[in-house]
Amino acid sequence: MFDDFMVRAALAGIGVAIAAAPLGCFVVWRRMAYFGDATAHAAILGVALSLAFSMSIFIGTITVALLMAMTVSFLSGRGYAMDTLLGVLAHSALAFGLVAVSFLSGIRIDLMAYLFGDILAVSRGDLAVIWGGAALVVALIGWRWSALLTSTLNEDLAYASGIDPKREQLVLTFALAITVAVAIKVVGVLLIAAMLIIPAAAGRPLSRTPEGMALAAGVIGILSVTIGLRAAFVLDTPAGPSIVCVAALVFLLSSLLKGLVPAR
Amino acid sequence: MSLVHVENLSVKYGARTVLSHVSLDVNPGEILTIVGPNGSGKTSLLRAIIGAVKPSAGRVTRGKGVRVGYVPQKLHIDETLPMTVARFLRLPGGVASSEIDAALSQAGVPDLAKAQMSQLSGGQFQRVLLARALIGKPDLLLLDEATQGLDQRGSASFYQQIEQVRQDTGCAVLMISHELHVVMSASDRVICLNGHVCCEGTPAVVASAPEYRALFGTGTGGALALYRHDHDHGHDHDHGHAHHDHSETTH
Repeated sequence: MFDDFMVRAALAGIGVAIAAAPLGCFVVWRRMAYFGDATAHAAILGVALSLAFSMSIFIGTITVALLMAMTVSFLSGRGYAMDTLLGVLAHSALAFGLVAVSFLSGIRIDLMAYLFGDILAVSRGDLAVIWGGAALVVALIGWRWSALLTSTLNEDLAYASGIDPKREQLVLTFALAITVAVAIKVVGVLLIAAMLIIPAAAGRPLSRTPEGMALAAGVIGILSVTIGLRAAFVLDTPAGPSIVCVAALVFLLSSLLKGLVPAR
Repeated sequence: MSLVHVENLSVKYGARTVLSHVSLDVNPGEILTIVGPNGSGKTSLLRAIIGAVKPSAGRVTRGKGVRVGYVPQKLHIDETLPMTVARFLRLPGGVASSEIDAALSQAGVPDLAKAQMSQLSGGQFQRVLLARALIGKPDLLLLDEATQGLDQRGSASFYQQIEQVRQDTGCAVLMISHELHVVMSASDRVICLNGHVCCEGTPAVVASAPEYRALFGTGTGGALALYRHDHDHGHDHDHGHAHHDHSETTH
C-alpha cells in the first residue's frame, strides 16, 4: 500500500498532524505563535545550506531551526520584546536563505516545493523520517508533559515543584525544531505554523482539560489532512494549502459552536 | 530544628541589590509574616526560598524532608488553556482524587473540582491556589500576598482559613502581606523587611519598633498609628526608605 502516492501523502500528513497537535497546544498557550513561523522561515536557510554542502535536507533544516530557536531563547528578555526579536530573526533568516539559494549555481531547486511543501512527492524514506521525527516529538512532549504544563502556568509554581522552567522551554524549542524540519516536505515553510496553531485553536472550544485539547487538536489535524488531500485530488488544488483550508474551516465551525455553547 | 534556614542571604538583579544579609528561620507550626513597603524584596525572599532566584551570597537551607506548599502572588491562566480545578490540583502529577477533594474542603471550596479555572471568582481562585499548595501535606506553606485583589471581607476570611489550616494540619506558614491590620492579629511573629531585616518579633513588639514606624508610620492610620512619630531612620544600604509614606491606607 506504500506504493500509492496518495497513501504515502496521507500517512505523511497524519504523522505531522500528530506531532503538531500537542506541540501546537503549547505554542498557543504560551503565545509563541510567531515562534513557529520564525523557526520555519529559518529552515529555508537550512535548505540552502544542505544543498550547498550536499547534506540531507533534514539535517540542514533541523540544524538551522535549532540554532534559530536557541538564539531566540537566549536573546529574549535582553532588551527586545519577543515579537520584535522573532520578526527580525525570521525575516532575516528567510532573506539570507533566499540569497544563499541564488548562489547555488548548477543546482536547480524548486523553491516553491519548500515554501508550500510537496506532500504528493513524499517517498518511503521521507515517510520514515517524518514518522521517526513525529514519534520523537510525541515521546518528548509526553515525557515532559506535566512539567511543561506547570511551567506554562507559572514559572514560580514550577520552581516550587522542583521544575526548571528554562529547561522545559528548551525541550519545547527542541521539539519545535524537529517538527519544522520534518514537516517542511509535507506542508512547506509557509504552512507549518498553520498546522501547529489552527488545529489547536480549533480544539480549544471543544475541550475542558489540556489533555482534551491536545487530543482534539490531533483529531482535527488528522481530519484536515485526509479531507484536505481528498479535496486536492478531486478539485485539483495544491495539497498543502488545501489541508490548511480544511483546518481553517474546522476552526470556524468550532468557534461558532463556542458562540452557541458559551459555558465551556 | 527550623523548617527553613535563611542565612546571610543577598539577592541581586543585575547591579541592583534587592536583599542584603537577610537571615531568618521558620519554626514548625508558627505563622510568620513578612511586611515591608513595595520594592523591599519580600517577593524576592520568597522566590529565593522556593529556588526561583539564585542568591548572590548566603544560602537557603530546607530541613530534611520538609515539604513546601507555595501560593503565588497571582496566577494568570491564559484563556486558550482549558483547565478544570481538579486537573490544576493534579499538577505536576500523581495525586489521587480523594486527596484533591480533601485539599479543596480544607481550603473551604469543596464543590469546585469540576469547575473551569477561568470561571472562578477572585476569592475562589485564591482558595484553589491554597488547595493546590495543601496537596502533598506540606510542613510549610508559603504565601505571597495571597489576598491581592480580594476585598476586606474576602481577605479576612482567607486569613481565617489559613489559621484553620494551621490548626488542622499543624503546618507552619510564611506569608507576605500588605494588610497590616490583618497580619498583626493573625501572626505569631512578624519580620519587617526593607532590603534587610529592619526588625522582627511578636506583632506587638514590631508594631512599636521605631524601624517599623519609620516605614509604615502615620500613613497606616487606624489601629497602627497610635501616635505621630517623627523618626530619623537611616540604613547603610541603597534602599530608599519611604518615610511617612502616606500611600499605605487602611479601609
